[in-house]
Amino acid sequence: MDRNHLAAFQAGPPQTGESGARAQAPGSTEPPAVSIQGVSKTYDTGFQALRSINLTIHRGEIFALLGPNGAGKTTLISIVCGIAMLAEGQVLVNGHDIRRDWRKTRAQVGLVPQELSTDSFETVWRTVSFSRGLFGKPANPAHIEKVLRDLSLWDKRNHQIQTLSGGMKRRVLIAKALAHEPEVLFLDEPTAGVDVELRRDMWTLVRSLREKGVTVILTTHYIEEAEEMADRIGVINGGEIVLVEGKEALMRKLGRKQLTLHLHTPMDRVPETLARHALELSEDGEALVYTLAQDGETADVTALLQDLADAGIRFRDLHTQQSTLEDIFVDLVRDRT
Amino acid sequence: MNIHAVRAIYSFEMARTWRTLFQSIVSPVVTTSLYFIVFGGAIGSQINEIDGITYGAYIVPGLIMLMVLTQSTSNASFGIYFPKFSGTIYEVLSAPVSHYEVVMGYVGAAATKSVMLGLIILATAGFFAPLEVAHPVWMLLFLVLTAFTFSLIGFIIGLWADTFEKLQFVPLLIITPLVFLGGTFYSIDMLPPTWQTVSLLNPVLYLVSGFRWSFYGVGDVSVAVSLMMILVFLVIAMATVAWIFRTGYRLRA
Repeated sequence: MDRNHLAAFQAGPPQTGESGARAQAPGSTEPPAVSIQGVSKTYDTGFQALRSINLTIHRGEIFALLGPNGAGKTTLISIVCGIAMLAEGQVLVNGHDIRRDWRKTRAQVGLVPQELSTDSFETVWRTVSFSRGLFGKPANPAHIEKVLRDLSLWDKRNHQIQTLSGGMKRRVLIAKALAHEPEVLFLDEPTAGVDVELRRDMWTLVRSLREKGVTVILTTHYIEEAEEMADRIGVINGGEIVLVEGKEALMRKLGRKQLTLHLHTPMDRVPETLARHALELSEDGEALVYTLAQDGETADVTALLQDLADAGIRFRDLHTQQSTLEDIFVDLVRDRT
Repeated sequence: MNIHAVRAIYSFEMARTWRTLFQSIVSPVVTTSLYFIVFGGAIGSQINEIDGITYGAYIVPGLIMLMVLTQSTSNASFGIYFPKFSGTIYEVLSAPVSHYEVVMGYVGAAATKSVMLGLIILATAGFFAPLEVAHPVWMLLFLVLTAFTFSLIGFIIGLWADTFEKLQFVPLLIITPLVFLGGTFYSIDMLPPTWQTVSLLNPVLYLVSGFRWSFYGVGDVSVAVSLMMILVFLVIAMATVAWIFRTGYRLRA
């Protein structure tokens, strides 16, 4: 990753919208980190896991791939990493074809798998050093030490992996994936079954990786995680990409904001004088619900409150509610099934 | 050529050998010693010399082959089966290593271990029988070729097997009978003519015969035939591995 990218990260806080794009200028001549075109995958069992997937991951961004179980997240990752065969379509990593230039692309990619698959009898140090060699890099104890320290594994370096807790094993898998200094890192459900502390650590780590220019693609079904970390979000369902959007843009476009006013005195219908506002009366007549325009900016809350006051309507409480990514996600997935 | 990867896999597999020293080296040596004591010492003393060689000495090459063949297949098959079983194979599949580099790492380590084992057994045999090796270079060549070929076969078994049951099946029910019936403990001259002909269908016979020739200058078949046969096995095994990797068979979904 070059300096320009780094500079782009450090330039300031993300703007709204497609913040992922800030990692890669629109006119950039550099190829995207990952480019997936027309990829379909049908397993021998006849199950079609992916249907003509098109997806571009920009360099230096954190991309979250959301989707329910069985949506095709792991299959897609497996194809890019070379674990599953690519039969149909094309995948480029940093501009290199994963079939033709497989040596180049695989050396640039790191994978933290979903399953806690570890060599039980090996020590942490050996297994992480093994990974570096496997990916074609000469031994570099200083780098391995740094990775282990960053992941709080240094004290455990001489322990057999089977003696470690589940969370520690997860760290070992991350250390293995980072041992060869990948430019693109796939994290498949990195925080599944992981305690709060480790999850926070993981988020910190991912951010620090991005600062170094590493592109991170993570799959998750914890919406919270995507909301916390991702620049852009892709939703996959039933083997199809349902949408790809910058996180803020997604929230703005699909996120609803509602203002609920709990009335002092119940009413049976919305007064005529308030007709110009998009107000709805709750079923019990005790609350008025006002849905703000989806970008949240054109709504004239002041005018509404003024009109309410003029109409002599008093309310005892009010609260606003903004849909979370989770709500958006559930809506999206439900619509398509 | 990703030499770092070959080295990483090779030393990983060798580390497994040292970690399981008892199972990988000590137990085959003990087993072989028992064979020497029972067949070479107790029973052998009652048996006439074969081709002018005492029975105890006659079985030395056969016993080494027995151990090298069974250990090569079981060790190499386990080496690749276990990562498949535990799931750690994902890393090898996602790494920038070619099929041949993977084979070099796994099979190279398994073959190294078998050659070491063969030499250790040979040294052990020295305690039980008078040792002479007429053609040491040929002896080593046969040992290395056999170890490598059967490690490759073991590797194929490990790729094919999807249960521990299958993993055991080939070594126990195919390799072991073939080795026992391949002239390990006798010369096929001692068999009735029909069975001599049947024995010639047994590929292992050629390995044992060639190996024995390198010790005593005598064998059931000519050494050229033996050498040719082992090369044929080697080519078949390599072609099979190449096919497996090309198709992704049981490795890549």
